[in-house]
Amino acid sequence: MKRLSFALAALVLAALPAAARDTLTVYTYDSFVSDWGPGAAIKAAFEKTCDCEVKWVALGDGVAMLNRLKLEGNETSADVVLGLDTNLTAEAKDLGLFGPHGVDVARAHVPGGWSDTTFLPYDYAHFAVVYDTETMKTPPTSLDELVTGDASQKIVLEDPRSSTPGLGFLLWMKSVYGDKAGERWARLKPRILTVAPGWSEAYALFTRGEAPMVFSYVTSPAYHMVEEKSARYQAAKFSEGHYLHIEVAGLIEASPEKALARKFLDFMLTPGFQNEIPTRNWMLPAGDMSVPLPDAFSTLVRPDKPLLYTPEEVRDHRRAWIDEWLNATK
Amino acid sequence: MSVMPGGLGAALWVLAAVAAGLLPLLSLAFSAGGPTLDGAVWAALRFTLVQASLSTVLAVVPAVALARALARRQFRGRDLLLRVFAVPLALPAIVAVLAVVAIYGTSGWLGGIIPVYGLSGIVLVHVFFNLPLATRLILEALASTPPEAHRLAAQLGFTDGQVFAHVDGPVLRNRLPAIAGLIFLLCAASFVTVLTLGGGPSATTLEVAIYQSLRMDFDPARAAGLALVQVALSVTLVALAGRMMLAPAAQAPVRLRQGRFCGGRAGGKGADGRAVAPGIAVVVPPVAALVMSGLDHVTLNGALLSALGWSLAIGGAAALVATALGYGLAGAAARAPRWRGWFEGVALAGVIVPPAVMATGWFLLFGRNGTSIAELFLLVVALNALMALPFVVAVLAPALTRLAAAHDRLCASLGISGWARLRFIDVPALRRPLAQALLLAGIMAMGDLTAITLFGSGGILTLPALVYQQMGHYRGHLAAGTALVLALVIFLSAWLAEHLGAEDDPH
Repeated sequence: MKRLSFALAALVLAALPAAARDTLTVYTYDSFVSDWGPGAAIKAAFEKTCDCEVKWVALGDGVAMLNRLKLEGNETSADVVLGLDTNLTAEAKDLGLFGPHGVDVARAHVPGGWSDTTFLPYDYAHFAVVYDTETMKTPPTSLDELVTGDASQKIVLEDPRSSTPGLGFLLWMKSVYGDKAGERWARLKPRILTVAPGWSEAYALFTRGEAPMVFSYVTSPAYHMVEEKSARYQAAKFSEGHYLHIEVAGLIEASPEKALARKFLDFMLTPGFQNEIPTRNWMLPAGDMSVPLPDAFSTLVRPDKPLLYTPEEVRDHRRAWIDEWLNATK
Repeated sequence: MSVMPGGLGAALWVLAAVAAGLLPLLSLAFSAGGPTLDGAVWAALRFTLVQASLSTVLAVVPAVALARALARRQFRGRDLLLRVFAVPLALPAIVAVLAVVAIYGTSGWLGGIIPVYGLSGIVLVHVFFNLPLATRLILEALASTPPEAHRLAAQLGFTDGQVFAHVDGPVLRNRLPAIAGLIFLLCAASFVTVLTLGGGPSATTLEVAIYQSLRMDFDPARAAGLALVQVALSVTLVALAGRMMLAPAAQAPVRLRQGRFCGGRAGGKGADGRAVAPGIAVVVPPVAALVMSGLDHVTLNGALLSALGWSLAIGGAAALVATALGYGLAGAAARAPRWRGWFEGVALAGVIVPPAVMATGWFLLFGRNGTSIAELFLLVVALNALMALPFVVAVLAPALTRLAAAHDRLCASLGISGWARLRFIDVPALRRPLAQALLLAGIMAMGDLTAITLFGSGGILTLPALVYQQMGHYRGHLAAGTALVLALVIFLSAWLAEHLGAEDDPH
C-alpha cells in the first residue's frame, strides 16, 4: 500500500510540470493543420517562445468555425480563432465573444491597409481565374471579357453558398457590376461548365482537363511552379482589379489564457509564423518573413486594384446577393 | 414472441437518436420564431423528385435483370463482378464523380456520348452508385426464395417468363418497393454529386437548401422548416412503399441445399448476357478509370496507414452496431406482420432525417463543451450506424422472414430461446445475410465523409477525409492513390464477406 501511494505520488509529481504548462486552444480549419499545412511548424516555433502548448482544434473551414462559435457561445473552449476571413468578421464580432487583439495594426501588410482592432490578418491572396496554357492561348484580360467571351471555352466556378472562393467571385461580380450584376450573371451563364460545391471539386475538374478555366487564387500557379516545376497553369490578370481574400485571427475576450492568446497574435506577424505561409498555405504573407519568397512568387499576377467590401456590407447584403445570383442563373 | 423485445429495444434506440437530433434544432427554431419556408423550397423539391425518380428507375430496373441473371448462373468472373460492384458503395461522391467524368466527361474516354453536366450526369452517377447496391439487395431477396420452388418450376417446365411471374415475381413484389424507396431516399439526399455536376443553381435539392441554411446562413428556423419538408416527403414515400409491399408468403421450406436449380432451360445464356451487359457497362469502366488514375500514386506513408486504421475502426464499429440494431428491427418486422411497416420505417431514420440536422442536434446535446477524440469517434460511429441501418434491414429482412417461418415454432416447442437460439440456430442459418449486412454497413461507414465533416475532424482522419485533404492541397494525384486504396479495401472486404458468409452443406 505504501509503495503504491509512493508510486502514485511520483506519478503526480512527474505529471506536474506538464500540467502546469499553459495550453492555448486554437480553432482553425482542417487544411491549416494537415500534413502539408503550416500548423505543425508554427506550433513548434511558438512553443519555443512561450513554455506553453498549442492545441489545434480543426474544424472544416472558416464558416464551420463561426457556426461552432455560435453553437458554443460563452462556453467555447477556444482561446484563439484563426482562419476567418473578412466576409465573416462582422458576423463574428456580433457574437460579442472577441476582444481587442492589442497588436499595432501598422504591422499588418495587406493591400489597402489594415485598421481592424479586433481581428488581425495573417495572410491574403487575390482571387483569380486560373487557366490551362495548353488549351487556352488567349485568356480573358478583364472580367468583362470573361463574361462576354467565347462560350465554348468554359469555366468551373464554386457555389457561393458552400465555398469561400464561390462567395469571392459573387462579390467580385457585384463590386464591378453593382446593380447590373444579375444581368451579367445571366450573360456569363453559358460559359459556366458547372458550379462545384467547393474549391477542391472545382480544381479537380479543371486539372483533369474538363474546362480550360477555374476560379481560384493568384497564388495557385506558384504551387505548380514550386512543387511540380510546371508553368502550365497561370492566372489571368483582370483590368477591373481583383477581389481580395484576407484571412484573420482573433482572441476570445473571456479566455483564461488571454495574455497568451495576445502573445500568439503578436507572434503571428513575425517570421516564425510568416515563413511557413507562402509554401504551406499557398497565400501571401501579411507580416515580415526572414527568408526570401520563392522565385515563383515574383512571377505571379499583381493586380492593380484590390476590390473588397467591408465586413458589414457583406453581412448585410450577402443573402440578397446570393438570391440575385440564384435568380439570374436559374 | 421472444424476439420482439429486441426489436422494440432497437426501435427505441433509433427513435431516441433521431429525437436527440431533431428536438434541439426544433427548439432553436421555435425560439427564433418557428420553422419557416419560402418559394425556393418548391423548386428544390421539384428537382429532387425528378432526379431521384429517374435515378431510381434507371438503377432498379436493370438491377432486377442483372440480379436474376446472377442468381441463376454461376459463370466465371461472377464473384469478381460482385466484388467490383461493392466498390461504388463506399466511394466518396467526388471520387465517383471524377471516375464517371474520366469516362464520359468532355475530355473522357467516351466523352460526348452522354452530357455529364446537368441532369443526365447526375442520374448517371446515381446509377453508378445505386445499380450495384440494388443488384446486391435484390440478389439477397431472391436468395430467400425456397430452393424447392425452383426445382418445382424446372420440373413443371416453366419458361423464364413463367418463373418470373410465379417464383421471382412474388419475392420482388414483396421486397422491391422497399429497395426502390431506399434508393430514392439516397438519391434525394445526394449533395456533392448534384452540385458538382448540376451546372448551376437550377440543380438544387432540399439537402443543399438545408445545408445552406444550417451553414452559410445559420438560420435554424429555415433549416428546421426544410428538414420537416424532407421528413414529410420521405415518410409519405415510405408509407406508399409499405402499402405496395405484399405480405410475405409463409412458406416453411425444407432444408434443401441453397442455390438456384434451373434445370436445363435453353436460351437462358444469351438472355443472361444481355441482362448483365448494361450493369457492367455503367459500373466497370469508371471503376477501371479509378484504378488507372490511382495506380502510380499509392504511397504507403504514415498518413495513409493511419487513415486506413481509422476507416477500418469506424467501419467495423458501425457495422456491428448497425447489424445488431438491424437484426432486432428486421426480426421484429418478420414476426409481427401488422407492424412490419413501422419497424422497417424506423430503420430508414438515417436516410429520412438529414444527417446535417442530426449532427447539429447531437452536437448541441453532447458536444458543447468540446469533444475528446473518443467522444468524437462514438458520435461518428453512431451517425454512420444510423445511416447504414436501412441497408442492413434490407438485407436481413427477407432472410429473417424465412427463418422465422422455418424455425420459430420448433424452437418454441423445444424451449430454445435467447442466446442459445442466436448461437445455434439463427447465426448458422443466417451466415450469408449477416455477412452481407456487416459488409454493406461496414463499407458504407468506411466511405462516409458526412459524419466526419459535420462533427469536425478533431484528429480523426479517415481515407475519404484524406482524399479530400489531399485534393484541398493541390495533391489530386495523391488523392487518386488514396481513393484506390479505399477501393481495394472494399474489394477485399467483399471477398472476406463472401468467405464468412459461405454456407455449410446441409446436414
